[in-house]
Amino acid sequence: MGMVLSNDRLTDGVYHLKVETNSGGKMGQFYMLRAWGAYPILSRPLSIHEVNEDSIEFLYHVVGEGTEIFSRLTSGDSVELEGPFGTGFPQVEGKVALIGGGIGIAPLYYCAKQLPGCDIYLGFSREAYRTEAFRPFANELTVDVGGFILDRVDFSQYDHVFVCGPHPMLKAAQLKGIAAEEAGSRTKVYLSLENRMACGIGACLVCSVSCRDGQRKACADGPVFLAEEVIFHD
Amino acid sequence: MTKMSTTIAGVHFKNPIIMASGTFGFGREYGKLYDVSLLGGISGKGLTLHPKAGNPGTRVYETASGMLNSVGLENPGVGAFLEKECPYWETLDTARLVNLGGGTLEDYVLGAEMIQRDADLRSSLGKTAVDMIELNISCPNVKEGGIAFGIKTSEAQKVVQAVRRATKLPLAVKLSPGAENIVEMAQMCQEEGADAVSLINTISGMKIDVRRRSSVFNNLYAGLSGPAIKPVALRMVHQVAQNISIPVIGMGGITTATDIIEFIMAGAAVIQVGTYNFMNLRAGSQLVEELEQFMVQENIQSLDEIRGII
Repeated sequence: MGMVLSNDRLTDGVYHLKVETNSGGKMGQFYMLRAWGAYPILSRPLSIHEVNEDSIEFLYHVVGEGTEIFSRLTSGDSVELEGPFGTGFPQVEGKVALIGGGIGIAPLYYCAKQLPGCDIYLGFSREAYRTEAFRPFANELTVDVGGFILDRVDFSQYDHVFVCGPHPMLKAAQLKGIAAEEAGSRTKVYLSLENRMACGIGACLVCSVSCRDGQRKACADGPVFLAEEVIFHD
Repeated sequence: MTKMSTTIAGVHFKNPIIMASGTFGFGREYGKLYDVSLLGGISGKGLTLHPKAGNPGTRVYETASGMLNSVGLENPGVGAFLEKECPYWETLDTARLVNLGGGTLEDYVLGAEMIQRDADLRSSLGKTAVDMIELNISCPNVKEGGIAFGIKTSEAQKVVQAVRRATKLPLAVKLSPGAENIVEMAQMCQEEGADAVSLINTISGMKIDVRRRSSVFNNLYAGLSGPAIKPVALRMVHQVAQNISIPVIGMGGITTATDIIEFIMAGAAVIQVGTYNFMNLRAGSQLVEELEQFMVQENIQSLDEIRGII
């Protein structure tokens, strides 16, 4: 159980939630949260946006009943949270690009703090948010509204590329990674997948991901996968 | 002192709370959150003879007080389970049920034979990893086998008969609420030598995405579980328990200690907790504690006092 410290609306449907807890976490990991009783049935996975000594911050987009309830939370309310769960982004060295699409920027802020001096690319379909918070940790910060942020990135310039965003963006990032590799680059591309989950701990297999070595679990083996491992079906 | 323990076919359950197949992995994951040996038992992820990738597309959708799932029995196969999970199961001090599914009669038999051989081998080394087979003839989310065996008593009989011959391990048969006649099905299981029946599996259901004008599930239908199905499950457990002499393992939407008591009063020997594991990752340990407290409050000395009193 954690206490809500703040829950600020950033833009239409996007909120920044801060919950008191000292349970920490690594970049790319997530928590399962609920702020209700029996319904909705499932808790909601939210990736770690920021870890403080006595709190965790999340960025979320209201997409359904669960996140709608989250949006009504105010300071002092209680939320149940379990975590941190999952295998996040690796601690890497070399030249790094962080690429976020929409609410996919959420896990990249903590990455930016852990990997100062990386290049950060943030793309939004309608309105940008939270971008200035990234600036102190960026070598270069590129923000795009309405375009395709991936078009602004030359993967071959980086040793490591971390990507989080909508499904088509992840698939496109995988293809860019393959193209860079075929052109002789040794760029490693990591994707953070956002799959539906029921348990969040690897028991239910709802979030199963098709990978080259068989079925894996987004919640426990991921949510971060090497792009080359993932098989996209659509 | 409250007595929560029960024995079924020689298998001791220290309390009546078993974690249901498909919601508890093989126990390891929850083992990081609490001591799973506190539980009466665990039923592992449904296994098939060969590994299965499960269903593509959406696998879960929430409903009013329930959840539809279409995981489609994704599992590593019996062989990988015996090799990789049983060493962990050997360390657990709880009843361990292996849930066995299949696409064909032959798959069921070969799977049961492999589990029996492994049990014999471990036994010769003084070890046990599997206490009971829970035969799943009722998974609604696989195209072949599964529910097809679970509807008609005559079809189910072939599987139960064959698996009963293939293993000496205690055998529970997990029944579908879609069975043409659930009482007749349970009676058949008893006649064929099953040691228990467990019910109910999920209820076949549907969800349509009206904007896309299609079912949200690739297989059209999915299995409904959770509190929404509890009244149906309770009624079926009651009906079956009235009409057979082997124990009933009851399940369907249990989320509280009083739900457990209801199932016991309806005639269940022990119960299983499924979807609630997703609502509360510590469901197992909390329910064990709550049940004991409830029994003390209500001055119930033993579950035997109230079993089947309705």
